Amino acid sequence: MKNKVFDSFDEAVADIPDGASIATGCWGLASLSQNLIAALKREGARDLTLIVHNIIPIPFNLIPALSSIEDQIADLTLLLPQLKKLITAVVGLQILGAGAFLKPYVEQGLEVELTSHGVLAARLFAGAAGFGAFYSPIGLGTILEKGKEKRVIDGKEYLLEMPIKPDYAFIRGNKADKLGNLVYKGVYREDHPAMAMTAKVTIAEVDEIVEAGEIDPEEVVTPSVFVDRIVKVPAGGLGSPERGKTLLSKLSEMEAVRALLFR
Amino acid sequence: MKERLERDVIAMRAAKELKDGDYVNLGIGIPNLCALYIPDGVLFHTENGALGYGPLITGDELEKADSHYIDAGGRFWTPAPGMSLFDMVTSFAMIMSGRLITILGALQVSEKGDLANWNTGDDPLGGTIGGSMDLTAGAKRVIVAMEHTTKGGRPKIVRECTAPLTAKECVDLIVTDLAVIEVTPAGLVLKEVAPGWTAEEVQALTEPKLIIAPDLKEIDLV
Repeated sequence: MKNKVFDSFDEAVADIPDGASIATGCWGLASLSQNLIAALKREGARDLTLIVHNIIPIPFNLIPALSSIEDQIADLTLLLPQLKKLITAVVGLQILGAGAFLKPYVEQGLEVELTSHGVLAARLFAGAAGFGAFYSPIGLGTILEKGKEKRVIDGKEYLLEMPIKPDYAFIRGNKADKLGNLVYKGVYREDHPAMAMTAKVTIAEVDEIVEAGEIDPEEVVTPSVFVDRIVKVPAGGLGSPERGKTLLSKLSEMEAVRALLFR
Repeated sequence: MKERLERDVIAMRAAKELKDGDYVNLGIGIPNLCALYIPDGVLFHTENGALGYGPLITGDELEKADSHYIDAGGRFWTPAPGMSLFDMVTSFAMIMSGRLITILGALQVSEKGDLANWNTGDDPLGGTIGGSMDLTAGAKRVIVAMEHTTKGGRPKIVRECTAPLTAKECVDLIVTDLAVIEVTPAGLVLKEVAPGWTAEEVQALTEPKLIIAPDLKEIDLV
């Protein structure tokens, strides 16, 4: 059995070429593959296409106190200088200046393709399933219509949506066995299962790697066949639950951040 | 200056539309506040993959906050018995099943029930579409909870939306700090007014002509 476990994140991303497309998770500290993001930044591949559900910058400039933790999080905005195209459902937040953080990149030629969470999930699944395209009822009469064929089926209008088949998927799992079976935790899961199924090369960043047989088959969410490379998050390191807890405490001490994160 | 309902009261009134056994997705803003007023037996859904989770965590319960348990808006919640966790393809199917009720905020709602809530129109570089287009397409009932006018005092209930649309003809009920309005094929029906407000006063702050319900009453604050 081929060994899927890599010793370092840098080795796991070393072959990512210019022009590659990458799908990955995005929800706050929870589902970011922070080590893979940092490694990709170091690796330096350019003209990439990034497929994510959200891209929201951490407001280091708006909340100065956040600068104390800036080097402790690797978030998606680190990759902006390397992108040619971005496919996403959420760009920024109104209260954090909306899409303004993209302006310098858009001016340099960054292409932004907006879609909805649901359509993005469906396009990834369609890619996995090998569909040529599918008709969706989402977004009629909105910007989602732009450039898309419309069709009436049984008296109802639909938009033609294309599958997404990324070259790579960065998957934040909780536990992997050495064969590549993955389980997730909480909202880590998000759209990772579809991304893992559709990508040509799936790289899993996980908290724990166990022996085959230690994960109950009933619990496996992403079966081993979909996973190519597995790397363990260093305990207490970047992207680890321990680091996340510490950061959360620090963040919640900041009044401006509390207002954002808590009721 | 006549008193308008507080955000919490708008949320409370919107939450009254739900009953035991309903499944609901709550949007960012006033709809998030609905969680405090929702009756027992209602299950929360969030697009990023959880159903039946517990209350949102407040600022003074930080030790409970866990990054594994956040909603689509990034807010922390507590696990609850009967909760399920799933991926976003499943979540999308749930949204499109017609089994969910959605309560959303809005920038504008039109006379025909068009909804604009993802971009003020000022941001050509992106916007927050999120799950709102999916929810409005698939939910069995779409409730908007919002202020009746903008900060500048302009009507948010308009003849035609000027802000980029989230979906056409999707809203069923509008709950504001001044009124409860039902969207019908015949037009917008004013069903309830905030205590102390008349139908004429509400009409003055609403662009399209309202149909006054024969049984028009005051919003019950209890």
